[in-house]
Amino acid sequence: MNTNDKLLEYSIPQLLRWRVGSSPKRPALREKDFGIWNTYTWEDYYDHVRKTALGLKAIGLAKGDTIAIISDNIPELLFTAIGAHSIGAISAGIYQVSMPAEIAQIIQYLKVSAVFCDNQEQVDKVLDVRDQIPNVKKVIFEDPRGMREYMSDDWFIDIRDLYKLGEKEHTKNPDLFETLVDAGKPDDVCHLCLTSGTTGLPKGTMMTHKNYINMGVKITEADPLEPTDEYVSFLPFAWIGEQMNSFGIAMATGITINFPESVETAMSDLKEIGPHFMFGAPRIYETIRSEIWLKIDQSYWLNKLFYNYFIKVGIESAGYKMTGKPMPLGLKIKSWLGTQMVLRPLINQIGLMRLRRAYTGGAALGPELFTFYQAIGVNLKQIYGQTEITGIAYMHRDGDVRPETVGKPLPGTECKIAEDGEILSRSASVSPGYFELPEKTKEVLEGGWLHSGDAGFIDENNHLVVIDRLSDVMHNNKGEMFSPMFLENALKFSPYIKEAVIYGNKEDFVACLLNIDPIVVGKWAEDKGISFTTYMDLSGRPEVAELMMEQVLDVNSRAEKEHFKIKRFALLYKLLDVDDGELTKTGKIRRKFVQERYQNLYDSLYDEAVDKKEVEASFQYQDGQSTKVKTSISFYTVKGAKEI
Amino acid sequence: MAHLNISDVTLSFGGLKALSHVDMKIEPGLITSIIGPNGAGKTSMLNCVSGFYHPTSGDIYYKDKKLTHASPHQVSNMGIARAFQNLELFSGLSVLDNLLLARHQNLKYSFLHAVFFYGKASRIESENRAYVEGIIDFMELEPYRKRLVGNLSYGVQKKVEVARALTLAPDILLLDEPMAGMNQEEKEDIVRFVMDIQKERGITVVLVEHDLGVVMDISDKIYVLDFGEVIGSGTPEEIAQDPKVIEAYIGED
Repeated sequence: MNTNDKLLEYSIPQLLRWRVGSSPKRPALREKDFGIWNTYTWEDYYDHVRKTALGLKAIGLAKGDTIAIISDNIPELLFTAIGAHSIGAISAGIYQVSMPAEIAQIIQYLKVSAVFCDNQEQVDKVLDVRDQIPNVKKVIFEDPRGMREYMSDDWFIDIRDLYKLGEKEHTKNPDLFETLVDAGKPDDVCHLCLTSGTTGLPKGTMMTHKNYINMGVKITEADPLEPTDEYVSFLPFAWIGEQMNSFGIAMATGITINFPESVETAMSDLKEIGPHFMFGAPRIYETIRSEIWLKIDQSYWLNKLFYNYFIKVGIESAGYKMTGKPMPLGLKIKSWLGTQMVLRPLINQIGLMRLRRAYTGGAALGPELFTFYQAIGVNLKQIYGQTEITGIAYMHRDGDVRPETVGKPLPGTECKIAEDGEILSRSASVSPGYFELPEKTKEVLEGGWLHSGDAGFIDENNHLVVIDRLSDVMHNNKGEMFSPMFLENALKFSPYIKEAVIYGNKEDFVACLLNIDPIVVGKWAEDKGISFTTYMDLSGRPEVAELMMEQVLDVNSRAEKEHFKIKRFALLYKLLDVDDGELTKTGKIRRKFVQERYQNLYDSLYDEAVDKKEVEASFQYQDGQSTKVKTSISFYTVKGAKEI
Repeated sequence: MAHLNISDVTLSFGGLKALSHVDMKIEPGLITSIIGPNGAGKTSMLNCVSGFYHPTSGDIYYKDKKLTHASPHQVSNMGIARAFQNLELFSGLSVLDNLLLARHQNLKYSFLHAVFFYGKASRIESENRAYVEGIIDFMELEPYRKRLVGNLSYGVQKKVEVARALTLAPDILLLDEPMAGMNQEEKEDIVRFVMDIQKERGITVVLVEHDLGVVMDISDKIYVLDFGEVIGSGTPEEIAQDPKVIEAYIGED
């Protein structure tokens, strides 16, 4: 038996207590506030959890009750969540960008009886729907700014007052907290995690203490971490990706979690901390790469010369590194030189130099990106999993990174491919089901296996390959299968393309709508002396269309099959956006919604006689006002893509 | 008693009367706005209060201290800070340095302390930094702390200008068109800060502003200037009804 397996017998608060026993004075959390990194040791962490837990009990939260958390990442969020776990209550994360109506719906569905908000912005949203959520007894807030007028209302409580209530409770009954923590069982449900909602209203996945701890223990069996390692917490807490770090990995290994000063400063705070591992959706890695390219582009000629030479060397050597093959001596020397002269200083600039492993998950990432990151010396690996299996179930192993696969199962995870090609998994991290949705639970856990809904296969190296969502795979008129997501990622590898939507289901050919990247294309246009005003204007420039044509031709030239080639495209006049309902909160395209919204563009894409069309675009500003603008959209036919 | 008492102030440049017989009372803890068409004397009024100009006749009292002929640094030491319409920041310094520099008058340690940077010097420096960090947090300038002011957008520079005035820990803050040249979103942002400055920090605000909508929304009291004279004063409701004000703004029909 592995020594770490004993950790599986603890609940999260019990494991926290165990950490306090073994390393009370080591830093557990760090938060940047007023420009200074403030440390909470494991002992402080536990103290705050105790105060919060007893405070929550004092305001009437009982075993089995649920507290919703709508907050940016701050230590108080963990105090509240784990405080709730300590008294047998359940935490639930709600995305910070959620609209009031959505928040009300979730609160009703999850039967929430208290809410924790970080600031007035979130408090106001909850206040907006107060009459729809009669079960909510208290709203706890962390930042008192702007809250002065609310203080007369005892629906609200400052977390500092909650601490005081907790302290009072503790002096009255000093053994109470320990007794409550002892009562926790590893198989108790402790958190409700919302699934990303690609399909309808989000479902609340019930997560147990053991789900998280098992995940943390198993992943570190494959990729060990030291208690001195650093992690920067910048993913939304409502996403399983953040919970697996703060509940799972941090508790299992004793690493330090660092909270950035604000969402806007996350990248510069990352640079100050220099984390040893990080986890993120593909977008983050795409953004960082774009930034690198932009910086190099703005640099002076000598830098550019060195970079352009050594990045090629890096990419060549990455091919060897990723598959674990020995490198020829000449390349080894060049690669070493490149690393010392250019690439190490470069990744130091972004704060990734200490990084031993970077994980990407949530959506697919272009193969070229893996090679790029491996080339600059960042060990970027794909992980694959879903909320229902605590985020990660499959992962690349060091020295065995194959960009087209998602790697091998974690220790203790079983994998099976169903007859229709669906990926099935089984492990101790599989959730017991959805909150109050027995039908859906039965469906997803049918036969004791977790049904992923993804199509995939196991390749000759025993790696799992994910093709696409079972329901998203498209077939053209001839019945040939293709994956829109795969083609979109190929397009998005171009720095000029921010977003792409591929069409072609039951059509003669593949067509797409493209979003140019406003920063990179903006810079490109500036360099070329092309003047423009807005995004819409830039997208409509014929020069930009030519640039996009080159990108599409490039993708077509690399297409594995003839029917993958893109034949027609148009440049969309606005960026696809979460607020407009076009993307999910994790940045995936809501395909059906987008198609309906741009139906007139779709029709013209498949009408080859049309090369220009007047459309009316409506925009909604942040303050709720909307306006209509007339614009013309051009449609381009790509040479060389044959009709089938 | 009024915080700032301006009585019968006249300011002439040769034959031109920029201000003529102006009376104003700025009450503590309120937002008082001064509005008026271009060239009405709004900025001249602020210049008189902050000591850049000295009135030709008339008096200005802050509490019971006379500041009619005080110099700008004396006025700022009394607790009256000002944010300029045309940014007066050091564009080659970072946001943090701009703010720290504004607190130089609080750096009361000797040359010797500074050389060895021990005891008093390091303590005062860290107190100042802590104070400035409080302002950075308040004005939400964290992402720009170490950026050069010259490289920031106009809207952010305006925020830095206001932040710099706040680092002086003033009783009265004079804001000269803080919203000029901003888009709607940036304006809403600044309005929120102005209200927070008044309510959370308890600072008396004197606001010179062109945007009537904003002024009507947030002011407790308004003075209307036209050709250097006060043509109306009162609450926003009273001002909106005042025929003289309507005439000055919209013109006769």
